[in-house]
Amino acid sequence: MIRASHISKSFANTLVLHDISAEFEPGKTNLIIGASGSGKTVLLKTLVGLHEADMGEIWYDDTLFNRLPFDRKKSMRKRIGMLFQGGALFDFATVEENVMFPLTMFTGQRYAEKRERVDFCLKRVNLVNVEKRYPAELSGGMQKRVGIARAIALNPSYLFCDEPNSGLDPNTAILIDDLIHEITQEYHITTIVNTHDMNSVMEIGDKVMFIHQGRKWWEGSNRDILYSDNRELNDFVFSSSMTKQFKALSNR
Amino acid sequence: MLKSLLEVCGRYLILMRKVFSRPDRMSVFWRQLLVETEKLGMNSIAIVAIISIFIGAVIALQASFNLESPFIPKMYVGYMTRETMVLEFSSTMVALILAGKIGSNIASEIGSMRITEQIDAMEIMGVNSANYLILPKIVAATVFNPFLMLLSFIVGLFGGWLIVSLTGIITVSQYFDGLQLEFKPHYIIYSMVKMAAFSFVITSVSSFFGYHAYGGSLDVGRSSTRAIVACCVIILITNLVLTQLLL
Ligand SMILES: Nc1ncnc2c1ncn2[C@@H]1O[C@H](COP(=O)(O)OP(=O)(O)OP(=O)(O)O)[C@@H](O)[C@H]1O
Ligand SMILES: [Mg+2]
Repeated sequence: MIRASHISKSFANTLVLHDISAEFEPGKTNLIIGASGSGKTVLLKTLVGLHEADMGEIWYDDTLFNRLPFDRKKSMRKRIGMLFQGGALFDFATVEENVMFPLTMFTGQRYAEKRERVDFCLKRVNLVNVEKRYPAELSGGMQKRVGIARAIALNPSYLFCDEPNSGLDPNTAILIDDLIHEITQEYHITTIVNTHDMNSVMEIGDKVMFIHQGRKWWEGSNRDILYSDNRELNDFVFSSSMTKQFKALSNR
Repeated sequence: MLKSLLEVCGRYLILMRKVFSRPDRMSVFWRQLLVETEKLGMNSIAIVAIISIFIGAVIALQASFNLESPFIPKMYVGYMTRETMVLEFSSTMVALILAGKIGSNIASEIGSMRITEQIDAMEIMGVNSANYLILPKIVAATVFNPFLMLLSFIVGLFGGWLIVSLTGIITVSQYFDGLQLEFKPHYIIYSMVKMAAFSFVITSVSSFFGYHAYGGSLDVGRSSTRAIVACCVIILITNLVLTQLLL
């Protein structure tokens, strides 16, 4: 479980996150949704400690994560997997080396063992025969999938995904969503996913938090969204006329 | 101005503290060290050799043109070539050239890793990115580059010999007599020490600029330019200080 309480974050003089409190439960896919620029990425990076929160506390189970000294934070991090919005694959390394990197750094495994784990993770994200290629030789969607494979290589207890399926075709997007959902339940991971894809929300959103202009605006399950009367949320979710009709129908 | 300079120095020291810690995995460090030695050291051999052979030749030519007085023995051409190479060219000048070559390479490599979040990705995994990326570069260059100085020195003397024997401005034996005149072996050690210090400056300072790149590819370019300028200035100042201290 990850618990954030009263998080604020500003850059120079612009306040990006205002007093956000939230709980993210293990075994559930926790989604953070919001318009572009609403602060999703900043929130995610603050939760993992890439940005220092100006105020507030971040708890990982019973550890006060954002006040940990550097070396304790470091050992916590081995239990965190993260997929970045841009993939952030190491461009000096092949796909295999990318996924193997955390294994090499933190396990004493022999090559064959590591290789087995890499194969497993790559299969998990439906990638075959790309081990020897470099990230620059992959499509955007393939890079995302390698990113996920790398994030789950060490069997993380906490998984963060920043827009895992943006820029993917609908089939691959669903595949990635399902994958994240599955491993979350299977390994009882605390998973937090940023997205603005409504398909994902409806498919896998066990718990959904809506951020509007850096504030937590709404929270509930994906079913609740259909019946919510929060105006900003409705404007965001039901932006097209087709979805508006859909909502009208379901509220009937 | 002074405040921002102090701030930069402080940030540099903080980064160095992160760099100089025990590597997460020693075997990985040794492998990276080999890679960096090849990239930063071995790959500079050609350019150092080419420049040194020409400069050695030119110094010999200049010396013989300018030593027209019949009271000065001709062998001083060899002596001057040797002294110029060992005292300044093979260390300071070669270091300035390397600042351009490997300094920009390091700053842009680390800078682009920074802006594409590869460094963040390492940190998230719990890897000390500064240590993983920067320490092998610093160690590789600081240990290997003094041998580049040695190479430059020898090749420079060879260049002088080449021009002497091609043009016949003085006899080859006069040139060799000059090379051996009042030879002080500790100058070579002094020069290698200087080169080690300069190499530390080049790798650590350019890593610093790359590591703190911010924004987009424009800033990667900017920080690699800034890195070279900073390296050159610091090398020149260090040279002054070391010369005062060591000679
Ligand atoms: N390093 C930074 N320095 C200054 N401002 C920043 C920084 N990072 C983000 N911001 C600002 O914070 C706000 C939120 O950005 P963020 O990247 O979190 O948006 P987002 O919700 O992830 O959007 P998207 O869906 O487009 O990825 C933006 O207004 C952005 O300008
Ligand atoms: Mg974002």
